[in-house]
Amino acid sequence: MTITVYIPGDSGAVALGADDVAQAIAGEAEKRGADIAVVRNGSRGLYWLEPMVEVATENGRIAYGPVSAGDVSALFDADFLSGGAHALSLGDPEEIPFLKSQTRLTFARCGIVDPLSLEDYEAHDGLKGLRKAVSMAASDIVQTVTDSGLRGRGGAGFPTGIKWKTVLDAAGPQKYIVCNADEGDSGTFADRMIMEGDPFVLIEGMAIAGLATAATKGYVYLRSEYPDAIRIMNAAIGIARDKGVLGASVLGSGKAFDIEVRVGAGAYVCGEETSLLNSLEGKRGVVRAKPPLPAHKGFLGRPTVINNVISLASVPVILDKGADHYRDFGMGRSRGTIPIQIAGNVKHGGLYETAFGLTLGEIVDEIGGGTATGRAVKAVQVGGPLGAYFPRELFDTPFDYEAFAGKDGLIGHAGIVVFDETADMMKQARFAFEFCAIESCGKCTPCRIGAVRGAETVDKIMQGIDQEKNLELVADLCNTMKFGSLCALGGFTPYPVMSALTHFPDDFRKNPYLQAAE
Amino acid sequence: MRLIQETDFGTPASRSENTVTLTIDGFEVTVPEGTSVMRASQEVGISVPKLCATDMVDAFGSCRLCVVEIEGRNGTPSSCTTPVADGMVVHTQTGKLKDIRRGVMELYISDHPLDCLTCAANGDCELQDMAGAVGLRDVRYGYEGDSHVTARQGDQPNMRWMPKDESNPYFTYDPSKCIVCSRCVRACEEVQGTFALTIEGRGFDSRVSPGMHEDFLSSECVSCGACVQACPTATLTEKSVIEIGQPEHSVVTTCAYCGVGCSFKAEMRGEELVRMVPYKDGKANRGHSCVKGRFAYGYANHQDRILNPMIRETIDEPWREVSWDEALSFTANRLKKLQKDHGKNSIGVITSSRCTNEETFLVQKLARAVFGNNNTDTCARVCHSPTGYGLGQAFGTSAGTQDFDSVEHTDVVIVIGANPTDGHPVFGSRLKKRLREGAQLIVIDPRRIDLVRSPHIKAAHHLPLRPGTNVAVLTALAHVIVTEGLMDEAFIRERCDWDEFQDYAEFAADERHSPEATETLTGVPAEELRKAARLFAKGGNGAIYYGLGITEHSQGSTAVMALANLAMMTGNIGRKGVGVNPLRGQNNVQGSCDMGSFPHELPGYRHVKLPEVRAIFESLWGVEIDSEPGLRIPNMLDAAVDGTFKGIYIQGEDILQSDPDTHHVAAGLAAMECVVVHDLFLNETANYAHVFLPGSTFLEKDGTFTNAERRINRVRKVMSPKNGYADWEITQMLANAMGGGWAYSHPSEIMAEIAATTPSFANVTYELLEEKGSIQWPCNEAHPDGSPIMHVDGFVRGKGKFIVTEYVATDERTGPRFPLLLTTGRILSQYNVGAQTRRTANVAWHEEDRLEIHPHDAEQRGIRDGDFVRLASRAGETSLRALITDRVAPGVVYTTFHHPGTQANVITTDYSDWATNCPEYKVTAVQVTPSNGPTDWQVEYDAQAKQSRRIVHAEPAE
Repeated sequence: MTITVYIPGDSGAVALGADDVAQAIAGEAEKRGADIAVVRNGSRGLYWLEPMVEVATENGRIAYGPVSAGDVSALFDADFLSGGAHALSLGDPEEIPFLKSQTRLTFARCGIVDPLSLEDYEAHDGLKGLRKAVSMAASDIVQTVTDSGLRGRGGAGFPTGIKWKTVLDAAGPQKYIVCNADEGDSGTFADRMIMEGDPFVLIEGMAIAGLATAATKGYVYLRSEYPDAIRIMNAAIGIARDKGVLGASVLGSGKAFDIEVRVGAGAYVCGEETSLLNSLEGKRGVVRAKPPLPAHKGFLGRPTVINNVISLASVPVILDKGADHYRDFGMGRSRGTIPIQIAGNVKHGGLYETAFGLTLGEIVDEIGGGTATGRAVKAVQVGGPLGAYFPRELFDTPFDYEAFAGKDGLIGHAGIVVFDETADMMKQARFAFEFCAIESCGKCTPCRIGAVRGAETVDKIMQGIDQEKNLELVADLCNTMKFGSLCALGGFTPYPVMSALTHFPDDFRKNPYLQAAE
Repeated sequence: MRLIQETDFGTPASRSENTVTLTIDGFEVTVPEGTSVMRASQEVGISVPKLCATDMVDAFGSCRLCVVEIEGRNGTPSSCTTPVADGMVVHTQTGKLKDIRRGVMELYISDHPLDCLTCAANGDCELQDMAGAVGLRDVRYGYEGDSHVTARQGDQPNMRWMPKDESNPYFTYDPSKCIVCSRCVRACEEVQGTFALTIEGRGFDSRVSPGMHEDFLSSECVSCGACVQACPTATLTEKSVIEIGQPEHSVVTTCAYCGVGCSFKAEMRGEELVRMVPYKDGKANRGHSCVKGRFAYGYANHQDRILNPMIRETIDEPWREVSWDEALSFTANRLKKLQKDHGKNSIGVITSSRCTNEETFLVQKLARAVFGNNNTDTCARVCHSPTGYGLGQAFGTSAGTQDFDSVEHTDVVIVIGANPTDGHPVFGSRLKKRLREGAQLIVIDPRRIDLVRSPHIKAAHHLPLRPGTNVAVLTALAHVIVTEGLMDEAFIRERCDWDEFQDYAEFAADERHSPEATETLTGVPAEELRKAARLFAKGGNGAIYYGLGITEHSQGSTAVMALANLAMMTGNIGRKGVGVNPLRGQNNVQGSCDMGSFPHELPGYRHVKLPEVRAIFESLWGVEIDSEPGLRIPNMLDAAVDGTFKGIYIQGEDILQSDPDTHHVAAGLAAMECVVVHDLFLNETANYAHVFLPGSTFLEKDGTFTNAERRINRVRKVMSPKNGYADWEITQMLANAMGGGWAYSHPSEIMAEIAATTPSFANVTYELLEEKGSIQWPCNEAHPDGSPIMHVDGFVRGKGKFIVTEYVATDERTGPRFPLLLTTGRILSQYNVGAQTRRTANVAWHEEDRLEIHPHDAEQRGIRDGDFVRLASRAGETSLRALITDRVAPGVVYTTFHHPGTQANVITTDYSDWATNCPEYKVTAVQVTPSNGPTDWQVEYDAQAKQSRRIVHAEPAE
């Protein structure tokens, strides 16, 4: 009997050697005459255990990890194909605490199914949401999404249903669904994981969005740095088209919807929705002023839904299981689940999907297991390079849009990056300005010039030049950038800078001569 | 007089008819829906600080100075991008806003030179103004950081610094002063529509770049000046401002180039013209300009300009400078003697479409009241006389039906026989703007003009017809509309003569007019023509714009009537966005025709045979007017060769260069005994003149021009005439030397006489023009404010008239000896025969006329790009250099006629429009062969011109 072996094709796992492992397992199986079928699945998101190889045994899936090519022979020796004992054996992956304690709605299939098998997808509850949607009125789909409480997972947290309703109500000869897959925040990988591990869920979500708003064309704006995601999405779209999930009649509904992947050219700012639209139109990726909102005048001036990958990928389960099922998770105005991406100097880095409401401390200390270096945690940057640094004093903050805003921070795309006590927060503040200077589109003055001046001024502080005056100037500059910038790039750069200044004031008042001596 | 400072409202006006009331800083203001908060503020006189906003382009929201606070809303939105809402309460000045603005200005100035006192924009710099407005007192960042300002930073070369680009002859680009507001880029895109500029780099690297980091002259820039006008700093500055300094007063006047009739502010320092800036209140141009009107005025001071009167006994003598008195009495005596010896009909005049209405009126009056004959004709004869005739027949008015604003409401445009982006650039830009908004375009032209495909513009259909087949193509369009039932029957029944329409429909429906039947003749694919006809008939508001490619044919008048038929049968007359619109070549073609320049018509297009019309003028002028029409230009020349026509006064036209069959024109002029040329320069015609009267430029006189939309625009004197007199004064002096007894002291008195005698001008006065800015005739009791759109409730003539348009092929045909068809046109930077533009820095763009020839035809003849070729027709031959391009179809060649050395009209024949004698410039059968230089005629002519232009100066040699 053929034994199925799952070796993640996820690029995170590949970066850790999954391709070598796959090659070794195939070679060893041939040598030993073992009858195996390899499935390159997505990752379950336990990256400290990747490459995590799973074998489908009579007793269910048994995981081994982290596996290197050199371990393969020993695994065969230990009869891992039957779930044999081995030092790397993790047992039933679902029982690993990191995974067991999660609530996987959006990522329910990720790491389990063959990403490019529509049969596998359907066997795991795929297309149920879309099948419901094709029989519903557009306004009812929108209402379901509104009732679910789903908010934009790209960072802004705008209610998805309201955005869809605006597009549904907007008149236009052509409407569009644009999926923002320009995932550029440091420490984030949820979009990539879903596109590589469960592409059909995104396709299904986009198709539902199309049915809900009468849009017939969708684009996935995918960053060029994700070649595997590009390949897998394109292949999945082709399969979906062949099988009638996409095309002139979605699941035979008579309603058209199709998707095209467009590859970005490597600009962080093109993750900002209006620059993304410009880039998608073939123009320079500069930010557009709002209004007009993209929902009224978006791609090519037509009404356009722009949603993040995770927002769209969360829609099928909402349609399938109902708005209430999703809404019943979470806290306050943050409903449902959020895939938290734990990264940086952390012991257990990976993707953790859970209902809103865990505290930052629980996430970092318990789930993440503290730092990888074993030193004390000094700060956690939440929400990408433009998110605030949280000190340990604020670790009681629950993971919730409003609670984070109340602490001058943001959830963003739910990436968290952990720093240990060796981090120099003044250097981190400088990095924020530097990042903004490199990635600025150059349209608005506060961002274009402000970021450069900010880095220069922090340099002066580092050199001990008029430290107090220059600290005041940095604070003034942050005020100008925060309230004066056209988009969130310039507008949020003050978050890391000011949080570093506020919570770690001593890092900015070091004696430069002592520093130089270090 | 003062410097006119137009209010910049920051964002364009909203066209909404709904209004919204809001409160701004405690003032209640009601504005159209869709207005920006910034504009609404300016309406009540509150200027919100701004740098990237200007009302010529859409809001952009990049400078972040114009932020405001709105009660009940989060944050500090930019007022330029925020539309007003009912009940909105706006605060434009709060502590928070002050901090943001000062912070933004501090950043700007940290990357800007501090050379205000020696900067060309000193006194006209918005950056300087804003630094003052926000109370910037300190730049705490210092000036040692990263910047674009200096060539060296510390002891290192500054890689960000770029040198000044001085490649354009008229303006400079200094990247070190750029604040990256994108106003220039947006002006190039939104106003001009060329898309020559962009921002290169991103973030702090961002800088304005012509094309792909080219210099301005090598880029696609057409030098319209919109970017210079939009620039808030000294980054883009007119070289004249750098050289002279800021102007201190300005005068609004009208451009003297093409028939668009752009309004400009002539910005002056004393009597020195500092720059011409398009006037936003100018209703033809709405604040836009082209390279000619904006920059090419240097000819007024060119060394070639003649400033003293000159005479000579015979044309082989050198010129002799004389006093005005001597020149005028010499002229008067000669002309009187000619009339005495050869009869009163032996002399005549040619009026100029370049001069003012008042001057034209006086020249025709000179013929009618002083010479006692109707021997008056005009250069409009050779361009738009078929328009006057054709539209007069069909609609009852010899003029276009719309104003230029109408294009903003059009849905489908036919451009036929015109090349607006070169010939009428400001209208071309307005058209392109509408096309970018989604209007559809049908181009009917033998050549692939720029409009067929240019950035963000693509014609739905290009019908590349064979030159000379306009009427066949237009009738085929009518055939499709009639046979497919696409006409607007209700409109036709209500507005037109139904019986005449049925006759026409029967004619058009005949199978021999079908696109399929005419395809072999016209070269236009039948299916494409059918699609174009359907689009025009059913695509919404349909407008027709045409030029000399329609009129300058043996069937020019027929083609104009065919256009009128198309407009009428599709119901496209009498409202915004539709109409039949001739694009007039010269600034005052419309006016010169209105003013009675034609030999058979008194002012206002009234035939001289009508006694009641003659009576109006006879009683006022105290003379008897001849009831017989006089001679047209070609008849005058024929009569001169025959020996019966002996003298001519030509104001502002170079017939030797601009009229067809140069050999015949030369022979006619040479046969005359008194040729009086009144012009700025010793033009080609002056080679055959006995008297040269130096003319004045449009900057040196008062008067009016009437543009292509019947708009009477004021021309205002901004400096004293260098030659001593305005042209109307010179004509008056000549009339008086012949006993005219005229006593006008100002052109307004001439306009009063025009108004008193011409019904369509009845209410026009200089006072009204002052009040309204400009007026579109008819302006009389029925239309006291003038008439932007004509035939609104019905046609002027009563019922619109359908006229059968039978195609008759021109006698000018290709054959074995002359197998190619030559057609002619204009280029953007040069104008007409080039007398003015060749004497400006515009030569940087077009130093010679080239012959465009298709690669196939060139290959067959062994012609390479840039080779000298001989261009020969039945009439003559010339030579010029070839330009190989597929813009022209195989079998067609094309050239411009801006340079006298080319002598394109040596080639053209004397075929002309059956109704108006408008010459058939647009079709000449030619052969092209390789050549090694100028033809014998060009060499001889050049020698003769040199000989003829010798001048003996009045001052004795020391």
